[in-house]
Order: sequence, then C-alpha cells, then structure tokens
Amino acid sequence: MSIELLFIIFVSDKCSIDIVSPKNKILRRVVNPPPVKGFKPYGPNPDLRISEPVTLFYEEYEAIRLCDYDGLNHELASIEMGISRPTFTRIYAGALQKLAVALVEGRQISIGGGQVYFDTQWYRCLGCGCHFNHPNKDQKVTHCPLCGHLHFSPIAENKSPIHLVEPGTGQRREQGVTDE
Amino acid sequence: MKAIMTSTGNHLDSKLDSRFGRCEFFVVYDTESGSVEFIPNPNKDLKEGAGIASVELVASKNPDLIISGEFGPKIKNLLDSLQIQLVVIQDTERKIQNIINLLNH
Repeated sequence: MSIELLFIIFVSDKCSIDIVSPKNKILRRVVNPPPVKGFKPYGPNPDLRISEPVTLFYEEYEAIRLCDYDGLNHELASIEMGISRPTFTRIYAGALQKLAVALVEGRQISIGGGQVYFDTQWYRCLGCGCHFNHPNKDQKVTHCPLCGHLHFSPIAENKSPIHLVEPGTGQRREQGVTDE
Repeated sequence: MKAIMTSTGNHLDSKLDSRFGRCEFFVVYDTESGSVEFIPNPNKDLKEGAGIASVELVASKNPDLIISGEFGPKIKNLLDSLQIQLVVIQDTERKIQNIINLLNH
C-alpha cells in the first residue's frame, strides 16, 4: 500500500470522526497484561533500532494471546474479552497487520493504549475468609497470600467483591448500606 | 515480600481501614526484615482522585501485596496492570498486628 493511499485513508478517517461522533467503544477485558512494554529490532543496521515504533494496543496483544497462545477460537476468545465475535476478529486482523508491518519493515513494537480494562480472577481463601486476586496468570495460584492456607475457591466474575460497582455513579455507598 | 496495609491509626493495635484511597495510614510491612513503617495518607481529604494518587504513593514502595477492605474499580484496573496482588478483608475489626501475624505464616 502506497503512502499516499494511507494518507488518504487517514484523512478520511479523521473527517468522518469530525462529522459524525462515533459510537463509544465497549471496553475490552484484558486478563493478563504483557510482560514487556515492547520489542526492539536487532542487527547490523543501527537505523532500525531507533525506527518509528508500531503501537500494538493492549486489546490486540490480548487477542493474539488468547487466540494463538491459549489456542481459543474467535468465539471463545471474544467471550473472554467481553466483546462480540466480529469485533474480536477485527481486532485480531488489525493485530496481525501491525505485527506484519513491524516484522517486514524492521520497526520497533511498543505495547500500550487501546480501549481496555484490566481484570484478574478472584479467589476466596477458605482459611481466613479473605478475597484475593492473582495478577500473573502464568504462575499458578498455590496458596493464600495472606495466611498461606492451601485451600481456596475461585469466585465467579459477577460475584467478585469489586465488580459489583461501576465507577463514579455513587452506587458504592448504597452497596455498603445494603451489605450491612 | 513487601505488603502494604491500610490502617485507621499509627500503631499496631489500630484496625484495618476499609477504604483504600482515603485511609488514614498506610502500613508498609516487609516479611523478610520484619520492618513496619507507618505512612500518613496525604490524599485522605481529596474530593476526587484520592485512589489514583494513593496508588502512585503505594507503587513507589514496590509492594507485592496490598491489603485493604475495599478497592474502587478505577484503581483495581490500575493495580492489575501494575501486577500488584490485592487482598480484600471484609472483616474490618481486624487489627494490623493480627494481619502481620497472618502474613508470617
């Protein structure tokens, strides 16, 4: 694709945003943030090391992780991220294109941004009764971080102690009252 | 391992503060050296953004674990992305000394 064509697409995109406000995007759920902030090319050409980075969004990273690393199909992966299957496929296609650009042109990849929220699985310790989460999915949960008890049960997503309330709507106080 | 707790007072017999962003004191406890440090929370009277400001303060201590009675959804996402483990204790009558004893399991 020539640079002129890309520029035209970019301008037309910008214009359409100015004329009609786009629908707000649903935030995509990211369970496991990437272990690194990005990647740098190496090799004899020093220009490549300071090349303009390709920004891979968190949702695109998550799409690749779910689909190619965890081996889920698009349907299951879209449920995992809380979005529709077509949206997932679109994100995934965008992610592959960005990776291809980075590989072929020898560009840096920086991972960040996007319309996401981070989420982790919560557990309830059967020893001390506390709730805890587990930020690094690659490591297995072996014991309660507080009391070291070896028995705990996962909490369903909608029962996690934090997910009951939305930010900034004043529900939290009401929630506290009903809890008491 | 370094753990941070929210406390209502600046001594070991204080109770756990159920709020994270607007707690009275943060307690930094190091399980290896056994050191306990009480830090007054400068953000407790902020009208907005107390949680985020507190996360910045807490993250500068590089904890592995944060123990509190409640975390707001905004900071929960932030702490998840910082890969800090969260522990929610719903029993707010627990004393800091009691939690430290639990941590030394």
